[in-house]
Amino acid sequence: MTGKLKIDKEHGQHLFRQMLRIRRFESKAAELYQAQKIRGFLHLYDGEEAIAVGIMQALDERDAIVATYREHGHALARGIAMGPVMAEMYGKLEGCSRGRGGSMHIFDRDARFLGGNAIVAGGMPLAVGTALADRQLRPGAVTACFFGEGAAGEGEFHESMNLAALWRLPVLFVCENNLYAMGVPLEIAEADTQIVHKAQGYGIPGEQVDGMNPVAVEIAAQRAVESIREGNGPYFLECRTYRFRAHSMFDSQQYRTKEEVEQWKERDPLAHMQKWLIDARLMSQDELSEIEAEVDAEIEEAVAFAEAGTWEDVDDLERFVLMDEVPR
Amino acid sequence: MSDPTPGRMTYREACKQAIRDALNRDPNCFVMGEDVGLYGGCYAVTKGLLEEFGPDRIRDTPLAESVIAGAGIGAAIGGMRPIVEIMTCNFSLLALDQIVNNAATIPHMSGGQFAVPVVIRMATGGGRQLAAQHSHSLEGWYAHIPGIKVLAPGTVEDARYMLAAALDDPNPVLIFEHVVLYNEEGTLDPEVTAVDISSAKVRRPGSDLTILAYGGCLPKALEAAGQLAEAGIDAEVVDLRVLRPLDDATIFASVSRTRRCVIVDEGWRSGSLSAEIAARLADDLFFELDAPIRRVCTREVPIPYPAHLEEAALPQTADIVEAARALARPQ
Repeated sequence: MTGKLKIDKEHGQHLFRQMLRIRRFESKAAELYQAQKIRGFLHLYDGEEAIAVGIMQALDERDAIVATYREHGHALARGIAMGPVMAEMYGKLEGCSRGRGGSMHIFDRDARFLGGNAIVAGGMPLAVGTALADRQLRPGAVTACFFGEGAAGEGEFHESMNLAALWRLPVLFVCENNLYAMGVPLEIAEADTQIVHKAQGYGIPGEQVDGMNPVAVEIAAQRAVESIREGNGPYFLECRTYRFRAHSMFDSQQYRTKEEVEQWKERDPLAHMQKWLIDARLMSQDELSEIEAEVDAEIEEAVAFAEAGTWEDVDDLERFVLMDEVPR
Repeated sequence: MSDPTPGRMTYREACKQAIRDALNRDPNCFVMGEDVGLYGGCYAVTKGLLEEFGPDRIRDTPLAESVIAGAGIGAAIGGMRPIVEIMTCNFSLLALDQIVNNAATIPHMSGGQFAVPVVIRMATGGGRQLAAQHSHSLEGWYAHIPGIKVLAPGTVEDARYMLAAALDDPNPVLIFEHVVLYNEEGTLDPEVTAVDISSAKVRRPGSDLTILAYGGCLPKALEAAGQLAEAGIDAEVVDLRVLRPLDDATIFASVSRTRRCVIVDEGWRSGSLSAEIAARLADDLFFELDAPIRRVCTREVPIPYPAHLEEAALPQTADIVEAARALARPQ
């Protein structure tokens, strides 16, 4: 795999559409949160869409995904239908986890989507385990494990990277480095702010990627996944990105300046992709309008699906605390 | 050590045979933990298994409890049947995030899409002068948590057969092996080839009072019952075996018959499993009790190193006898 990728019209529009789906879905989610349709914590992915979209390009259906609590984008990019994702955030039975997890805990067995995990770095040991199982039961499968740069402070990050490297397990570690662990800037949290160095310390090949560029992420992900599938063990991508919104729905954002936010917004992956596709004549204004209309319709349908959803019967409250069987 | 009695073995040997059986039975089963391979296990349970099964089935890990437990959980979700060994339950605190936040939650939180059929074994309990970071009994803590099953084999038979039942169970199962029991010997009944992991069991029938005990305190409870018999008190000993979910039916049946109950728990008294059982008895059997419920628990101190202090801290046979005598009908 070279460092270049020839983007044709279909491919370019697909990346754009996926990012737009996420951006507008999040925007709708924010609106529904204000309307108190969605409750709890709500962590939005605006600004970081290029990462989920770029990484998923390199994965196929045999692969597993372990995500974080900021995982709506990963779920949508993975191909989980928007309706069940939205219904999950409503807490409805028709949600992809029967509404039991909400925004932070999207699971989908068919998509091998093993949950948004709301403990920082808590999904990493799990990903090591699925990779261990896959090596025996699904040779060639990769587990893509997403986490933020804040995870680097946790012991589980280091334990997981060491074991994955030691046992040469098929894990794609994807660090979404948005520079703030909630409100803690990277500089006051890490002695070495180059997260990729930590992977290299474990002998894991790693690279820093422009997380605001889906094509760059896709190229890196293809290279990483190819290496992993060849049996070379884990791979680490540090995707440099920025979250445009607050950590959860509201915070006063005292930890960063408005200027900084505006500077990063100038690198908006969606706006750049749109401009690039139009400039390169890979997308016409009509096609753009059509994509926007389709995405809006999809969201409208998802909201309608969630609204029409039902509440799980309270009698089922304890169902699945203990399982009767292992689902096949 | 050869023994002429067929089926006679130590608790340790029973644990090992259980693991060997599991590995022979299921190619997707493997053992993972600190020092389980080359060293043979901190308590020598897995000694020799590396040579027998090789390093893919007996996996030595780094000292990293969280990823050991978490990788076991992930592997179970991925279709394997891992047997994770954590050296002692004190060390399991480093794996709490994975056990409590992942293993126990994922089946329910995912709406039943994923089961976590992992088995996590760990040593528990005091009595070997290992001081305050190797001697605690934290199984009661784990028994607090919905979504996991907690087992405490107190006999060689349970050490031999509980593992298979745990591996057949679709849920995360924690097995607490008491450090003092590893050298205990017992004779396996050739008629028994399996045990359940749902019920408590009457180990000694009696009519005057019920002693509820489990794990390392079970032999002490039985010994106490023997001494009580000499004093004319006929004590029933119920082995809890399964600490979560508790087998209320067997416990209640025994106590409603004897109307008196001593609960022995190697955990600390405050907020303990014994407190939970006492509360359940008070809730459900209040009018059938002829005496207050008594508890014999570990004194509320970190377990100290010197033998005399450790002995004083842990529940002992004499404490059980004393508690029972205070409850029993006047002679």
